[in-house]
Amino acid sequence: MSDAAAAAAPARKESATVTPELMSWDTRTRRVVTIYVPLACFVFILLFPFYWMTITAFKPNHELYNLRDYNPLWISSPTLDHINHLLFNTAYPSWLMTTMGIAIGSTFLSLFAATLAAYAIQRLRFKGSQYVGLAIYLAYLVPPSILFIPLALMVFKLGLFDSPFALILTYPTFLIPFCTWLLIGYFKSIPYELEECALIDGATRLQILTKITLPLATPGLISAGIFSFTLSWNEFIYALAFISSSEKKTVPVAILTELVTGDVYQWGALMAGSLLGSLPVAIFYSFFVDYYVSSLTGAVKE
Amino acid sequence: MDATTSAIVWTKQRPQPSWLVRLFDWKPFLIFACMLPAIGLLMVFLTYPLGLGIWLAFTDATIGRDGKWIGLENFIWLAEDPIFWSSVFYSVFYTAVATVGKFGLGLWLALLLNNHIPFKSLLRAIVLLPWIVPTVLSAIAFWWIYDAQFSVISWFVVDVLGLRDRYFDFLGSAWPARWSLIAANIWRGIPFVAITLLAGLQTISPSLYEAALLDGSTGWQRFRYITFPLLLPILAIVMTFSIIFTFTDFQLVYAITRGGPVNSTHLMATLAFQRGIPGGQLAEGAAIAVAMIPFLVFATLFSYFALARRKWQQGESND
Repeated sequence: MSDAAAAAAPARKESATVTPELMSWDTRTRRVVTIYVPLACFVFILLFPFYWMTITAFKPNHELYNLRDYNPLWISSPTLDHINHLLFNTAYPSWLMTTMGIAIGSTFLSLFAATLAAYAIQRLRFKGSQYVGLAIYLAYLVPPSILFIPLALMVFKLGLFDSPFALILTYPTFLIPFCTWLLIGYFKSIPYELEECALIDGATRLQILTKITLPLATPGLISAGIFSFTLSWNEFIYALAFISSSEKKTVPVAILTELVTGDVYQWGALMAGSLLGSLPVAIFYSFFVDYYVSSLTGAVKE
Repeated sequence: MDATTSAIVWTKQRPQPSWLVRLFDWKPFLIFACMLPAIGLLMVFLTYPLGLGIWLAFTDATIGRDGKWIGLENFIWLAEDPIFWSSVFYSVFYTAVATVGKFGLGLWLALLLNNHIPFKSLLRAIVLLPWIVPTVLSAIAFWWIYDAQFSVISWFVVDVLGLRDRYFDFLGSAWPARWSLIAANIWRGIPFVAITLLAGLQTISPSLYEAALLDGSTGWQRFRYITFPLLLPILAIVMTFSIIFTFTDFQLVYAITRGGPVNSTHLMATLAFQRGIPGGQLAEGAAIAVAMIPFLVFATLFSYFALARRKWQQGESND
């Protein structure tokens, strides 16, 4: 086979002109220039801030503030000082725990509410269920930026100010619409016949939900869960407005308000805090990247 | 189940379920019970605050004092406030430029990723990273990149390339600060646009391209007459989301400039926050937030009509 090809190749080169080879060379270069070079630029630009964050977190201060003698893109003597400072001289561990607790709490609350709502809209099919679905979708379009002032007032009146419950109860406002929408799509993909069989066998509606629909919708539940967790981890404006005491703050808010002191910014510690605050979601995400992408694109495609 | 006992009772009565089980099997009650948590939470923490916010905008409430109705006074006051108008201008400008940038570059990236390339799933995972990481934390990284004295961009341009002899002052004056924020917003927005549009691109049947190739189409024609029209529905949805969340953006500006220098980079959301929470003027903050609603309604209607064309809300799969 290879012999024949090798024999055929020179023969063809003699008979035909050199153009085919030139063409192939040309398309290859073209491919590099039109696809790989721009792609490399995109990846570089998208990743550079993370590289810069990481490298700053491990750089000693004298290197950090001396661009002339040290190459800023590299570390000559890496140090753990900034991370040490962060973990032992600030309330960083407690911020991490608070954020984690709030994210998990609001994720479970919204998954619970969204699963039931999606099941009712998609499977119980009552009169006007499509409009309820649409209304929940529209709720997603109400941005937190126009809600935080009245919510701050409500939170204050309810006596929840400066308590993590204020965040656990308000985060579902943007998590439920998304999760419901995602789960409606998943429930739609489960054959209705399975439920009808179960009904004939005498299962109650709740048994159908817990024993048939939910196990089949596990990928959807996982996607919705991951998505909710990341969204609540990243939330900023409510956490900034509703929490005031230092040790109850969430990571994004705490880094910005507690680590920035006066005019001298502790860049090393700031970057170390940002890095550590990004790691949990990044690790979480890397395990479930396929679910994540499918939930993101599935929700848009639906 | 009792088959092992001596006498088989064929007429065994089916056990009557308890009243609780029967209640939960009664469809109207079940629907009510299922919708209650979601609808309840959304009503209490979304619909009610939305109404409360509009009410607050017409009162003179401050922190610790319930307001009373003062009509349009807040809006009249805002209409004479140059900082408010500058924030409206910057919100619109920021949204327009950032959306164009995000969609131009995001579409380009999606088209690049749609090619047959090695490590595609890894690339897709990497590309989404800026979107996963908390915005404030990446904004802090940008803040550091934009630092006046130790900016790596300045270092590269001045000390390595030697193109300039002075370091950039990214955040020190109005226009450079505005453009820097827009660049950071585009950086953060590209992944979402690229990944969702990539999903849209993958649903386009290759046979359409084959047919077009047989007809002798050029690359541009294939993009213009096949890719773009088929991508339009998903593009419309993604764009609506993007416009709404860029217009109401808060985190990036608050983290990098806090509205400065001299209030030149305030978005409406950051101005509302500054007046409402630290400033204590709840009513004025609410009025600024309410002033964002017309823009959002416009974007939502755009979304609704773009979606209605596909009749997807009816629950029928017609694609």
